[in-house]
Amino acid sequence: MSYKYDSKAQYAKSHEWVRLEGAAAVVGVSDYAQHLLSDVVYVDLPEVGDAVAAGESLGTVESVKAAEDAYSPISGEVIEINAALEDHPEWVNEDPYGKAWLIKVKPADAGELDGLMDAAAYEAYVKEEEEKGGH
Amino acid sequence: MNYIPNTDADRAEMLKVVGAGSVAELFRDVPEKYRFPTLALPPALSEMEVLEELHALANENDDLHHLACFLGAGAYNHFVPSVVDFILHRSEFFTAYTPYQPEISQGTLQAHYEYQSMICALTGMEVSNVSHYDGATAVAEAVIMALQVGRGKRNKVILSPTLNPQYRQVVYTYTQGMAVQIVGEDLLDAALAGTGGARSETGPSTLNKALAEPVGARSETGPSTLNKALAEPVGARSETGPSAKQDALAGLLTEPAGALLDALAALLDKRTACVIVQNPDFLGRLYTPAEMQALADKVHAAGAQFVVSADPISLGLFVPPGQYGADVVTGEGQPMGNAVSFGGPYLGFFAMKKDDVRRSAGRIVGQTVDADGKRGFVLTLSTREQHIRREKASSNICSNQALNALAAAIYMAAMGKYGLRTVAELSYHKAHYAAAQIGQLPGYEVLGGWPFFKEFIVRCPRPVATINEILLDRYGMVGGYDLAHDYPSLENAMLICVTELNSKAQIDLLAEALQEVTTMNPDRLEEEGEALHE
Repeated sequence: MSYKYDSKAQYAKSHEWVRLEGAAAVVGVSDYAQHLLSDVVYVDLPEVGDAVAAGESLGTVESVKAAEDAYSPISGEVIEINAALEDHPEWVNEDPYGKAWLIKVKPADAGELDGLMDAAAYEAYVKEEEEKGGH
Repeated sequence: MNYIPNTDADRAEMLKVVGAGSVAELFRDVPEKYRFPTLALPPALSEMEVLEELHALANENDDLHHLACFLGAGAYNHFVPSVVDFILHRSEFFTAYTPYQPEISQGTLQAHYEYQSMICALTGMEVSNVSHYDGATAVAEAVIMALQVGRGKRNKVILSPTLNPQYRQVVYTYTQGMAVQIVGEDLLDAALAGTGGARSETGPSTLNKALAEPVGARSETGPSTLNKALAEPVGARSETGPSAKQDALAGLLTEPAGALLDALAALLDKRTACVIVQNPDFLGRLYTPAEMQALADKVHAAGAQFVVSADPISLGLFVPPGQYGADVVTGEGQPMGNAVSFGGPYLGFFAMKKDDVRRSAGRIVGQTVDADGKRGFVLTLSTREQHIRREKASSNICSNQALNALAAAIYMAAMGKYGLRTVAELSYHKAHYAAAQIGQLPGYEVLGGWPFFKEFIVRCPRPVATINEILLDRYGMVGGYDLAHDYPSLENAMLICVTELNSKAQIDLLAEALQEVTTMNPDRLEEEGEALHE
């Protein structure tokens, strides 16, 4: 199965993406992740001003099948959240790299992005995961 | 009779597969001497004999079909129309469980949906779940929900000291191991302690010494201490000790009830997750919608949740908490169609605003349409339940009280809006009649002067336990609740409950009995006491 990838984003093994837009790092979940979850019914986000740490839960994405943590790919302070997702959780399925961004973070260390995968590496990783029949 | 459907051939085949020679061999890990213990049981009885024995045992019980009941304090003796049991006992409904493949049981889901809809109408809230264990656990779930809404930044919980003491205990149990600070409960005690001190300075020492003894201690030391105290003329007491306390107590409790709410509001800060108030409160007092709204505004200004625990019957008559700013309304659902029963099962209702529904516990049934456009019912929200979310569940206890909730639903449907109002009005007026009668008795005083629904406090000239023993043994009445159990400074204070089931004759007899208790001479009381302790 083929999934969409955003070439401007960096990816974590836990299937979140992060994209630098000016001083802000925008965070969301990947197209592969939303496929695994199926229909998303609720997104639980942190509050502006909260601190997030790379590899730690930033919130929960809940679907008809499961409720999964979303892990922050980067450390920093939450400067904006996508409050519209409260009324439109289905955006996560429809447009995971666009309308369904989760939070914007002021990165504590932009260098953390270097430890993440680029789109090509992540695509290879997803293929590997699929072959393993990971889910 | 053997209910295990395996045949000998089945068993032999299974043993062969697992490589065991006999079924007994499967239990070889259990030490020999424990394997087949001999039980010292009497000879087996026939069904007829068993029923006879059980009926005889059951007949030893007193029950509210035979006793007049003036006891409330959280469980209430209201009339249960026959239709409740009739529908409840239909085999389609008669299970304590919600099915694990819920949508297959459309009838059960529809009943739950009706229950939720009526709870919403009753409380004035937007969403109701399908119930919790009881009023206490519903309050505890409201605390946990508020903590989740507070996202770890708010861990202070303000409990009114007049929230049912047992509910408060359950809040402690549910929040064990969580970083929670519970405050507010000592507001009343602190105020009363001040007056208690004044009393011991002037109080008659013998009486207070006797009264200070726990009830249990009495039978050990014999009724002598007690009776020595009782031997003092009743009038003498009110001139000295308790009057100071009584005045202060009455003062505290008769300050506009809002005074307690103000004291609770003063505890609010940025770390407060919720404030929980019971209305009518455990002492029977009613807070006005304006007082409650004023507190709600302060709670919301602090960013916290306002939780109200309410008597559902009272909501047939008074403004529902949804109209004075409650974020969550909980309560004991037993008064609606469920018999008073020691230890339950009861049900806790839980209604909330839509905003925080994802942080609530339990399950919610919703209405939808199927593929053909026909009306159907589904479990709309259960993803926060333990079996799906595991450690991320909003509560580890997501059982609901399906059958008890169904009883409540049938009750609400049978009574209707006006029926429920009538029940509440009858309870209200009968309780006020009782308070007026008892208030006239020499030696007794109805405390306060505050608005109340169906419960009020009577200051008695004798210990409540003594009076209740006499009421039960001589008059076939269950007396009121001894408030000293929970509020040590409220000694000799009985919380009397009156519902529509109490006839005028019962109330008049109660007043007569209470009067007789004061005129009984101590010797006769001693005889009573001895008789009771034999």
